[in-house]
This record gives sequence, structure tokens and C-alpha cells, in this order.
Amino acid sequence: MSTTMDEITDHGPAHHHSTVDRSGTALIDMRDISIAFGGIHAVDGASIDLYPGEVVALLGHNGAGKSTLIKILSGAYKRDSGEIYVRGDKASIGNPRDAKAYGIETIYQTLALADNVDAAANLFLGREIMTPWGTLDDAAMEAEARKVMGRLNPNFRRFKEPVKALSGGQRQSVAIARAILFNAKILIMDEPTAALGPQETAQVADLIKELKKDDIGIFLISHDIHDVFDLADRVVVMKNGQVVGGAKTEDVTKDEVLGMIILGKCPPGATPGPGAMKE
Amino acid sequence: MSEATSDSSRATSTPTLSAGGGFKGFLRATEIDTRMLGMIGALAVIWIGFHILSGGTFLTPRNLWNLSVQTASVGVMATGMVLVIVTRNIDLSVGSILGVTGMVMAVAQTQYITPALGYDSGLVWILTLAVGIVCGLAIGGLQGFVIAYLGVPAFIVTLGGLLVWRGAAWWVASGRTIPLTDDNFKLIGGGSDGSIGATWSWVVAAVAIAFLLLAAFSARKQRKKFNFAVKPMWAEAVTVGLAVVAVVAATLIVNAYLLPGPLARRYAEANGIAVPDGGLEISFGYAIPVLLFIAVGIVMTFIARRTRFGRYVFAIGGNPEAAELAGINTKRVTLMVFALMGMLAAIAAAISTARLSSATNAQGTLDELYTIAAAVIGGTSLAGGAGTIFGAMLGALVMQSLQSGMVLLGLDTPLQNIVVGAVLVVAVWLDTLYRRRSA
Repeated sequence: MSTTMDEITDHGPAHHHSTVDRSGTALIDMRDISIAFGGIHAVDGASIDLYPGEVVALLGHNGAGKSTLIKILSGAYKRDSGEIYVRGDKASIGNPRDAKAYGIETIYQTLALADNVDAAANLFLGREIMTPWGTLDDAAMEAEARKVMGRLNPNFRRFKEPVKALSGGQRQSVAIARAILFNAKILIMDEPTAALGPQETAQVADLIKELKKDDIGIFLISHDIHDVFDLADRVVVMKNGQVVGGAKTEDVTKDEVLGMIILGKCPPGATPGPGAMKE
Repeated sequence: MSEATSDSSRATSTPTLSAGGGFKGFLRATEIDTRMLGMIGALAVIWIGFHILSGGTFLTPRNLWNLSVQTASVGVMATGMVLVIVTRNIDLSVGSILGVTGMVMAVAQTQYITPALGYDSGLVWILTLAVGIVCGLAIGGLQGFVIAYLGVPAFIVTLGGLLVWRGAAWWVASGRTIPLTDDNFKLIGGGSDGSIGATWSWVVAAVAIAFLLLAAFSARKQRKKFNFAVKPMWAEAVTVGLAVVAVVAATLIVNAYLLPGPLARRYAEANGIAVPDGGLEISFGYAIPVLLFIAVGIVMTFIARRTRFGRYVFAIGGNPEAAELAGINTKRVTLMVFALMGMLAAIAAAISTARLSSATNAQGTLDELYTIAAAVIGGTSLAGGAGTIFGAMLGALVMQSLQSGMVLLGLDTPLQNIVVGAVLVVAVWLDTLYRRRSA
């Protein structure tokens, strides 16, 4: 019954502006995932996959199950059933540490930063650089932080201040730096541009293009199609915990995707999933 | 993006923090915290106020020396309370843990350790202390386990602990007062024997000054190695200079407190010193509990600022969800914070038991309030995520100054309680104002 997104890839590399090679092994293949909270099926038999260098936008209303599905991948929730394959191997992800071990990094909507410590401390939180004497090597961490932030946000200077003093865009760049600092292979971004102004949004878009070049696969989670449609190679829409369907962005229009989000109606260019509206 | 940055001079070839002019610039360059400055100001007001009201008896070497000894016990616990409160928890049971571990140490020493090793054994004190520390660790660890892994709020667990451990203290010795047998252990409490004298006090001061210079120098070297901005040299000199002056002043004060006549004579006889005509001038010097307090403060500052554990404590306080998502085992850290608190309560128990030469049933009663007050007055935010060990140590000194000042003025206990309670509320209110303005 489960319609995986692999079927879309069976069309071959036909489309001109898609540079994603989906012929190899998927970076992430989540199959038939379900989770219930107190009898409510937040995610119900959902399957989704992601290839190297690909940006997949996971869309749906609030409560459609997209954030829950992705939190299962990042280890924040434990699934009730279903399987996750990372680069073809069955993965057991029980907590955020497991996910990180597989190269899965998450940038949360609420920007999971510790507000009271500085940028370098946040970048290395949970993976601090230590001196040979087993103490924190703050200078080395600050040096690394300066290096990676120099790439992402060259104007950033406020390394010594607690991150609560930073602007939304600065905080976002700290969060992204944190993910790529540890060679993430799979990046999950929850509402990546929701809190940002136009200039900062453009910056994030540039950044995503850079990450694609490094063959990093990215899930973008959003309830607003306009935030992510132009960034994505492929969209997957969820409704009521189920996958409505998926499509390459060049095969569908924004209006058609909106129809998927609101009505659960699959357009001709998309591959329907179990949650698609029955004719 | 264009950020207004305070350290824009980073880009130049000689990185030195530019601070701006005036008093604010001075504070920024020296990295002196305005909150800390406020606390030292408050302490000065309290001291001078009591000095005038008491007719010149507060700011005497004798009173200040006593003040330092009295601060030690609550001060030791306040350093741990900082970490507890930073993780958004509270520990209401520390006074009772102090009571029960003090009682356990006294009973262990008089009934088991001394009989087993003999009165002359030099191992008695250390074994007694070890028993107390293990006991404190176990109690704190148990409470931490219930809080972190069973999910019972710290307020409730430690409120229960307040009763449980007080009851346990009674139960250990059926409510009796247990006098200590080991003279070495009593040194932990201070007194004329439990002080190190003038010469050793200067040795301690010299070591402290060398340590301050070395720390400043190596921090500077480290920042230069990575080509980060460093403090201007004059600012470095001012901060280190102030610290050195404080160390020298404290040493002069404790050395100015002389043994009273009969004690000095006894000391002279015991050490075979001839008593000159003008009488003996033998200094107390630093009391051992005070040195213990300072050592605990240094170790706790190191833990808070230089270890992974300390970093996690603050991260959890800032954003527990973020800490969890970063892969930090927040439950284990919480358990360890409470275990550490229990251990510090045991060290405080050793100090206060040794000072009284016996363990009593009421020992440590209300200490939880003084400990929490010290931490909060010292700048620990009850919202979590912010606080310093040094601030809490100063806070403990402020609380103790208030208390002993009122004793000196002859105020009765109910009035003392009213004042301490009111001061705590006002201090937290001022802190709230400060935070709102600096946010």
C-alpha cells in the first residue's frame, strides 16, 4: 500500500533544471512511519525519501504531521512502527544523539539555542573541544566558530555575547553553522525563513545552494508554500498525518500544491500517496 | 547585515578591545560587572552602617575575622545552590542535609572510627569527613534521581527532604547532642587552633597573588595565540591590581586579630616561646574553615566555567529543550547537580559541627533560606541560566554581615528574621528591575 517517492524517480533524469541524481541509494528512506499520541494518529503510514544534493520541501497545515514525522527522523520522538534507512542501511534512531551519529542535523523552528551562552558555546554544545587537561578549550572553540561564521555570515562579530542579544538572522546563522560544523549529511530545517526579513531569507537561500553543492540532502518543513517552493527540488504534502503525494517542483504549479495542502487533491504531475483524496 | 559591534577594532592588525570613554567605558574595558559593583557597594553600606550604629565595633579585626568564619558554612552551600538554581531547580533540604550529615559524622567518629583507630590517630578526621561526604552525596543523589528520572518537581522533593532528613538526624542519635572526640577534626571549625597564623597567612596570600597573575597572563596569552581582541593593558592592570589589593587587605585584617592574653600564654607555653614584657602578639591569621570555603569556591568556579558539566548546567538553564536536542543527557546532569549539592552540604556540616565541637539536632535549621538568599542576592536568576559562584560567595557574606551586625546591635531574633526576610524580597525586586533594564 505504501507509495514511496521512489516511483517518481523512475521517470529518469528527464527534466532539464533538476540536477539531482536519484538513481543511487537514497540518503534517507523513511518507510510506513506511524506514531500516535493518546489515540490520535499524528503520523499514519507515511513514507518519504531524500537524495544527496536534493532539497525536499515537506508541506502541510499545522497539525498535518510534518513536524512530527521529521522529529522522528531527528530522534526527538520515537516511532510506533515503520522503518528508517540511512544510505540504504536500516537505522535505529532512539534519541537526538543517534540521529547526529548518522549525520542528521536539525535546525528547529524555535531555534534550539541556549539563549544565555555565547555563539561558540552554542555551536559546540554537546560536542565541546577540550584541552589536553580535560577542560573546555574556549579559545579553540571561538576560533572554529569565527572560521565557520566567517563563511556563513562574514559581518558577524558578536562572539562574546549571549545569543539572546542577537537578531533573528544572526541566530539563524548560528543555528545553521552549528549544523554544518559537524559535517551534516542530512539537514532538517523547520520553518527556516519564517522569522527572517527578505535580505536574511535570500542569505539562507544562498546558503542552501552552497550546501547542495556539497551533496547534503535537505528537508525543508513549512506550512507556507511561498517560503520554500523556489528552494525545493521536490515537494511532499501531508494532511491528517498521511502523505497526500509528492512531485518535482517543475512538474507542478504553486496552485496545484496549494490544492494538495488544502484539499488533499493530487494534480496529474504528482504521485499520489495514501492520504490523497479519493475520486 | 550590519551589526553595531563593540569590538569593531578586531579588523585592525593590533586587536585591542575598544571600550569608549567615561565610567561605562572603564567598566567595559575592565570587564567589571555592574551587578558585582552594586553588591560590593551594598556590602560597604552595610558594614559602614553597622560600624556607626554599633559605636565602632563592627569594622574591627576581631569582628571581621568572626564574620569570615560564620560565613563559611552557608557560603559553601551557596556555591552549590547556584548550580541548582541555574538548572531551574531549587533545594529546600540543604539545612536538613547539613543536620543529618553532621549527626552521622559525629556518631561515626565517636562510636566507630575513634574506637577503631584510637584517640591519637591522624586518620580519624579524614575518615569522618569521608563518611560525611559519601552520606551527603548519597542523599543528594537520591533526591536528584527522584527529580530527574521520576519527574517529581525539585520543590516538592526537597520540601519532603527538609522534613525527612531533619527527622533522620533526630533518629540517628535519638535527639541527643553528640560531642566530637577528635581534635584534628575540630580544626575544620576554626578557633584559635584552627587558624594558620601570620606567617602561613602571608604564604597563602602570596600563592593567591601568584595565581591571579598567572591566570591573567595565561588568559591573555591564549587570546593572543588565536589573535582575538585582548583587554587594554591598563585595564588588565586595574582588575588584577584590585584583586591583589583585596588579598593583601584581607590578610592584614586576619593577622591584626591577635590571640587574647590567656590563649597567647598557653600557646607560648605549648611552643616553648618566652613571653616578652610587652605581652605576646600572636595573630590568628586565616581560619581553616575560611580557607576551605575559598578552596570550595575556586573548585566550584572551575567546575562551572571550565568543565563540560558546568557548560551543560548553564545550557540546560538557558534552554532545556535545546540542551536535550544537542544530545546532552539532561537527566544525568540534574542528578549530578543535586549530588554535588548534597556533598557541599556535608562539607558545610563538617565546618559547623567542628565549630560547635558537637552535632546538635537543630544544626542547620533555616540554613536553606540563608543559602538560597545568598545565591539570589549574589545574582543567581530564579528563572535559571544565570549566576556566578563568586556572586553567591559575596551574597553569603552580605547575609552573614546583616545577621551578625544585628546580633552586635542586640536586636532580638524575631526582629532579625523580619529584617532578613524583607532584605531578601527587596534584593530580588532590585534584581528584577536590573534585569528588565539590561534586557
